[in-house]
Amino acid sequence: MFQKMPELLNGVFVTFHVSVLAMLIGVVIAILLAITKMNNSKPFCYVATVWVEIARNTPALFQIYMAYFGLGALGIHLSPYVAVLSALVFINAGYLTETFRGGFSSIPDTQFRASRSLGMSSVQAYRYIILPQMLRRIYHPMTNQFVWSILMSSLGILVGMSELSGTTQKLQSQSFRTLEFFIVAAVLYFVLTKLVLFGASLLSRRLFKGDIG
Amino acid sequence: MISVQNVHKSFGDLEVLKGVSLDVPNGEVVSVIGGSGSGKSTLLYCINAIESINSGRILVDDVDVHSKSTNKDKLRQKLGMVFQQFNAFPHMSVLENAALAPRIVKKMSREEAIEIAKKELEHVGLGDKFDVYPTRMSGGQQQRLAIARALAMKPDFMLLDEVTSALDPELVGEVLDTLRLLAEEGMTMICVTHEMGFARDVSDRVAYFHQGVIAEIGDAKQVIGDPQNPLTQKFLSKVL
Repeated sequence: MFQKMPELLNGVFVTFHVSVLAMLIGVVIAILLAITKMNNSKPFCYVATVWVEIARNTPALFQIYMAYFGLGALGIHLSPYVAVLSALVFINAGYLTETFRGGFSSIPDTQFRASRSLGMSSVQAYRYIILPQMLRRIYHPMTNQFVWSILMSSLGILVGMSELSGTTQKLQSQSFRTLEFFIVAAVLYFVLTKLVLFGASLLSRRLFKGDIG
Repeated sequence: MISVQNVHKSFGDLEVLKGVSLDVPNGEVVSVIGGSGSGKSTLLYCINAIESINSGRILVDDVDVHSKSTNKDKLRQKLGMVFQQFNAFPHMSVLENAALAPRIVKKMSREEAIEIAKKELEHVGLGDKFDVYPTRMSGGQQQRLAIARALAMKPDFMLLDEVTSALDPELVGEVLDTLRLLAEEGMTMICVTHEMGFARDVSDRVAYFHQGVIAEIGDAKQVIGDPQNPLTQKFLSKVL
């Protein structure tokens, strides 16, 4: 059991790695989708709506299968890592779009107006005034989404990805110590998500100094 | 000089400004009074190009505000604006609030921007609040911060939109004192206000707005003390 620890920890690293990437890319896409939806610019707005609806109303498992087997059938062969990553990005972006949209609309228009009256361009107003305020309002929903990504990446087991679950699956089938390995894996997931939440709260204290409703 | 020439402005079917003309030479303080919905605030928004206009012309130092070729961000640097809601940026300290626009809009160095911000904050009596966050301050202090933030851009004109209307009565005085100070220093200002005493004592001229037109305009003491237009008389008898 213990000599397999490095392998398990490597699994933890892959899990963490794929979730962080899925989160970062997801956030960028979600901001773009949220802005598109708010601007109501027709063809793009339609794409954004379809994206959000599919991402939020179909199972994560289905997304991963589509990325791995679905695209595979069309001749696009993704590695298990890339397949899981794209599925998680797809879902994160879908959920976060709605979170961001809510965040944007919670900032009063008058903040934008005040920024523009000081001579800021609209890009500057977003960059310095609107986004920073929005980010602190949606920070907690975002950390939840991050934890969710970490846990959902365990579905990688189904396409043979060697993240924590996949590694555990492999090790238990070699050793037949099913219960032990899965308990250890559960503890590792628990510790990882707790560390992430702890890190997030430390970071929020550094980032967000002023208080805000 | 700000020159408003026969400006019309509608929101949908509702015509808010019905041919407004007003010239404000440099150094003059004009107060705009009138009932709610009479178009007073809209006029300020049109001068600052926050709202577009349907017809007419607004010139700020001979630049046509609403012409397509006008760089509106550049123009707004000349026009300081303060709103009814204080609109302090809640995620920044008082000093950062005032230093941000000089730094990112005027591209000043950090030190330069901070120096100007400190000077303007002291100017409005917030010299001991640099590191405080706005949500911890009273409405009067937040409004003075908004004034200092606008002044830090070294505007040539100040547009003030009912800046004391959202304040508790005991906090109105400190904001009016700040504006009085600016007037004494020769700042050109257009103040939309419900403070008749302020309009009479501080401004040079008063304009009375009624249903989208200027019903009466003239010397401040005359318009408030001895209004000629029956509409002005009726309005003043209600508010005084």
